[in-house]
Amino acid sequence: MRWVVPEAEHMAEGTLGCQGCGGALSMRLVLKELGQDAVAVLPACCWSIIDGPWPVHALDIPVLHTAFETAAVVATGVKAAKTIQGKDTTVVAWAGDGGTFDIGLQALSGAAERNEDILFICYDNEAYMNTGIQRSSSTPTGTWTTTTPDQRPEARPKKDIMGIIAAHRIPYAATATAAYPEDLEHKVRTAVSIKGGMRFLHLLSVCPPGWKMEADQAIEVMRRAVRSKVFPLYEIRNGREYTITHWPDDLPIEDYFSLQGRFKPLLGNDEMLELVRENVEERWQTLLARHERSHSGAPA
Amino acid sequence: MPERLLLTGNHAAAYGAMLARSEVISAYPITPQTMIVELLSELTASGRLDAKFITVESEHSAMAACVGASAAGARAYTATSGQGLALMHEMLHWAVGARLPIVLTNVSRAMAPGWSIWSDQSDILSQRDVGWMMLFAESVQEAQDFIIWMYRVAEQVFLPGMVGMDAFILSHTAEPLIVHDQEAVDEYLPGFQPLYDLDPEQPRAYGGLVNRDHYFELRYKVYENMERAGQLLIDAGEEFGEVLGHKYTPLEGFMLDDADYVLVSAGAMTSNVRQAVRDLREKGIKAGLLRVIAFRPFPVKQIRQKLGGRKKVAVLDRNMSAGHSGIFAEEIRSALLGRPDAPPVYGYVVGIGGRDVRVETAHEVMNDLLVRDEPEMSLFVGVKGLPIGPLRSDYEIRPLEPLEVMR
Ligand SMILES: Cc1ncc(C[n+]2csc(CCOP(=O)(O)OP(=O)(O)O)c2C)c(N)n1
Ligand code: SF4
Ligand SMILES: [Mg+2]
Repeated sequence: MRWVVPEAEHMAEGTLGCQGCGGALSMRLVLKELGQDAVAVLPACCWSIIDGPWPVHALDIPVLHTAFETAAVVATGVKAAKTIQGKDTTVVAWAGDGGTFDIGLQALSGAAERNEDILFICYDNEAYMNTGIQRSSSTPTGTWTTTTPDQRPEARPKKDIMGIIAAHRIPYAATATAAYPEDLEHKVRTAVSIKGGMRFLHLLSVCPPGWKMEADQAIEVMRRAVRSKVFPLYEIRNGREYTITHWPDDLPIEDYFSLQGRFKPLLGNDEMLELVRENVEERWQTLLARHERSHSGAPA
Repeated sequence: MPERLLLTGNHAAAYGAMLARSEVISAYPITPQTMIVELLSELTASGRLDAKFITVESEHSAMAACVGASAAGARAYTATSGQGLALMHEMLHWAVGARLPIVLTNVSRAMAPGWSIWSDQSDILSQRDVGWMMLFAESVQEAQDFIIWMYRVAEQVFLPGMVGMDAFILSHTAEPLIVHDQEAVDEYLPGFQPLYDLDPEQPRAYGGLVNRDHYFELRYKVYENMERAGQLLIDAGEEFGEVLGHKYTPLEGFMLDDADYVLVSAGAMTSNVRQAVRDLREKGIKAGLLRVIAFRPFPVKQIRQKLGGRKKVAVLDRNMSAGHSGIFAEEIRSALLGRPDAPPVYGYVVGIGGRDVRVETAHEVMNDLLVRDEPEMSLFVGVKGLPIGPLRSDYEIRPLEPLEVMR
């Protein structure tokens, strides 16, 4: 398999994203493989800002802005119209973790359960960044946000959105991150090529101000998330067949956390850190077992 | 050839959406609207209606799906009621700001708690200020035809519109219905011509961030087009008569010309008010009826014309805005405010939560109107333990007592 990143650019330079914004970079990379016959639906999130104020628009596909909780279903409506008109346009719902894990989950589950012919992409920066860094159900254990302050950091683990999506048995779901662009492009290509059903991409997307870190470490931090197994890269077909697409090394989780100021409460709490370590390991072992079962020749 | 059938208001609404050739339909079941969803599912599944039916997981999503479909250039339709309309609220605003001519049927029902599925206009009137056009149907025929009439205007002003009909009294009552000839409807309502349709050849952004230097003007345009809709409703209503055989108007008078005492009503209860007016005329009382069909845009000028110079006006509201009055009364008062010939406007609150509004109820109102001096904001008709009149705290209200079965 030859993995390439196309050179063509479909996003204007000088968007309103912060320096090192993983959400902006994720969009830029996704557009490279999305094709030109596409429409994006954007609920409220940082991308409502990044694209620019009217009449500025940064992408060379149309964008329909919509309410926070409606990305999946507005995309469904757009697709229905395109289908009635006999067009084969790819319709993408592009949402943050809030618009996916939390307020957008109902419409997302509805669309996934009906197996709507849309591509849902979540750029996950693990908090509500648009409104100034509040926790979401994607915020990992031990994280500082403005609603989980140092005195009471996030206590619960990150919601297993891929597990939820897999339970809907949609044709294709995958995790990816801009730190591994060839892997990401491969997954976008795959998702676009599978027509007639719901596809879901979960993209870990660094947010330097929200993660309290330097912008020039943006790629490095996402890479460490993968290497330390905090954010493994894999695909799920039909909700059952798991394939790990990039093998992590044994980078200690502390090396991922220590680059980010938001994990200060976690790094200062040994008990919590141990819990997180166990959790990361347990999830990795589950994923590994599923991968092995899917590739052993035995029925998945 | 037009067909003559015996159908309920709900089924008539489904036929309206079909005759209008809605292309994307997305709706969620709620009593008493569910039959609309069911029939449209059948009509699309059987291929009688060439449309996509999206079985969403909520009304919020139903309206959101319509927003997506309409933005992409399809004619979109949905139907709901009470709680469902309330849940849609955010997206109702979205449809207006995005200038999408979606049409919705709302079967008006009371809001919970307590759970009540019965007739009450509070649900639809709570959406007064979102910027949707609003029509109130009185008959099964209108439940069908107003959808077509509404699309005709909505697609000229790029604003959405809702058609209200009353729970059960209209939604579940079968009446003769003329199902128009499809070709004639097509002539009246040609295919939707969107200005924009999310064409990838023209990569624009729609509905994004807009700063203070533009937003006001965008809303001004909404206001302007709502104003235009006033005349367009009149024109399109007239044309409906020419092409499809029923002429519709934003306001409708009955025995109004020489009336001294005018009863104002909207929706299905109007039929009983009309009967009361006939009775009153026989008794020699110069009563008349003004029926409000278009609530948004509100036909202010015509209302001034029709009501100016009357001795007294009684407005029947099957709704109320706590802290103020019945909403139709409030609107009529403000339309007449400051006119030299403005009659006194008496607000009567009737039939809340589906309590019957009978011919006798309208008589009760008229009897009270004839003798009452002060035009009160809210006069309650039929609260248990309280004789007709304004709020009085010295009366014992008896909610637990069963309703006296009507004689
Ligand atoms: C119904 C509703 N509630 C709240 C908001 C305010 N709001 C806008 S964006 C946002 C957070 C977005 O978070 P996420 O989806 O993670 O995207 P991010 O900004 O982090 O990229 C919130 C709370 C809104 N627009 N609509
Ligand atoms: S706050 Fe974070 S997510 Fe939002 S634009 Fe800046 S870097 Fe990107
Ligand atoms: Mg976020």
